[in-house]
Amino acid sequence: MPTWKEYPIAATIHEPGSATGQNTGDWRSERPQRDNEKCDKCGICWIFCPDAALFMNEDGFYEVDLYHCKGCGICARECGKEAIIMVEESE
Amino acid sequence: MGERIGLEVSLAVSEAVKLARVDAVAAYPITPQTHIVEELAQMVADGELDAYYIMVESEHSAMSACCGTAAVGARTFTATASQGLALMHEMLFIASGLRLPIVMAIANRALSAPLSIWGDQSDVMAERDIGWVQMFAETGQEAFDLTLCCFKIAEDPRVILPTIINIDGFTLSHVVEPLELESQEDVDAWLPTYVPVHVLDPAKPTTVGPVGFPEIYTEIRKQQDMALIGSYDVVLEVWESFEKKFGRAYKPVESYRADDAEIIINLIGAIAGTARIAVDRMREEGKKVGLVRTRLWRPYPFEEMRKALGGAKAVAVVDRALSFGGPGGPIASELRSCLYPLDKKPVVASYIAGLGGRDVTIEDFYTIVAETEKVLETGYTDEYKMIGVRE
Repeated sequence: MPTWKEYPIAATIHEPGSATGQNTGDWRSERPQRDNEKCDKCGICWIFCPDAALFMNEDGFYEVDLYHCKGCGICARECGKEAIIMVEESE
Repeated sequence: MGERIGLEVSLAVSEAVKLARVDAVAAYPITPQTHIVEELAQMVADGELDAYYIMVESEHSAMSACCGTAAVGARTFTATASQGLALMHEMLFIASGLRLPIVMAIANRALSAPLSIWGDQSDVMAERDIGWVQMFAETGQEAFDLTLCCFKIAEDPRVILPTIINIDGFTLSHVVEPLELESQEDVDAWLPTYVPVHVLDPAKPTTVGPVGFPEIYTEIRKQQDMALIGSYDVVLEVWESFEKKFGRAYKPVESYRADDAEIIINLIGAIAGTARIAVDRMREEGKKVGLVRTRLWRPYPFEEMRKALGGAKAVAVVDRALSFGGPGGPIASELRSCLYPLDKKPVVASYIAGLGGRDVTIEDFYTIVAETEKVLETGYTDEYKMIGVRE
């Protein structure tokens, strides 16, 4: 680990997007689970996700990036088709 | 050297800010600081000062805007007092933590309640630990000079910290004093254009103010404290260069007839003028009394204070602020910590005076010295004494 002398002044970060390397998903107690039968790929979950933890897969569904999803449940709440439910993290 | 004129001290501070060619001012008017920012707003409106004057809805917003302008590399100034400073509280830590060399003038005023618009030093004493360089002026000339110095200290690449110039509300901010302003040419030659060490720039994306996880927070705090401790040498250097250029000398600690004094009065700010007259009178009466005024409050001048006060029998500390339920006054408690490591140390007696605009008179200093003589004879009876309180 760097000493206090080695950090940039005021902990400024000069590498854009460095937070992508930070595992914030381990704070989660519930994870979103999608029902592909109900989902119409509208993308409202993607719009509302405050952590940009959703991304579109090859089939057009929005997948959860579990490395960054904090399990807030906003996607499940906003989904008009009730296609997302929150399930408890068991491990 | 400039021409000697009579000028309200608040306006002298504004003149210094103008001469420093600030790029941005964000402020909210509050008594007794109002004249400083009113004058700056006028200068900008009249085209005399080429700066952004950002009008805001509160002091919290004022300091937030200052953080923004300083972060993009603008030389930034603001001024406040009392409730305004209190409202800035959380942003003051952000300014120092982000290492933004903002300069702020505080026209020190009492805190509510009860509501008081009058002067004391409770406002800034409640902000002791914000990580800013902090100094106190006694006179109008000093307020003007130190304001100029603040920019050079704050922006020094070895410091990069926000800096406060304190002037006592009303007793200094609102008096007209004879002083010399300096020319733009001379100030330009002495104070270079601000070159930021770190800057928000879309061409070179930087994250300012990231989360500090437990693994790095301690290191960043250490870095910040080392910058503040290290600013001490820069303060001395800047004051020396100021003396060379403008002929007026400043030191972290100012002693007056203190060399052979048995009882030394220690205080900060404008009441030193009254204390000096009291010391002169007591000297005439054969009492070995002296005065030490602390000019630099952060970083605290430990060695100079030990040198200036270590030889006395007693130090009578006069605070214009009270630490409720604590050891008395903040200046006194700081001094006790400072002197504690000495083998032979003076008795430190704490006195609270001049709260909420009450005058501190020559007679009050007589009382303070008499009380201190009693302490020398009988030892401590109280943590502190409040001067002039009706009982």
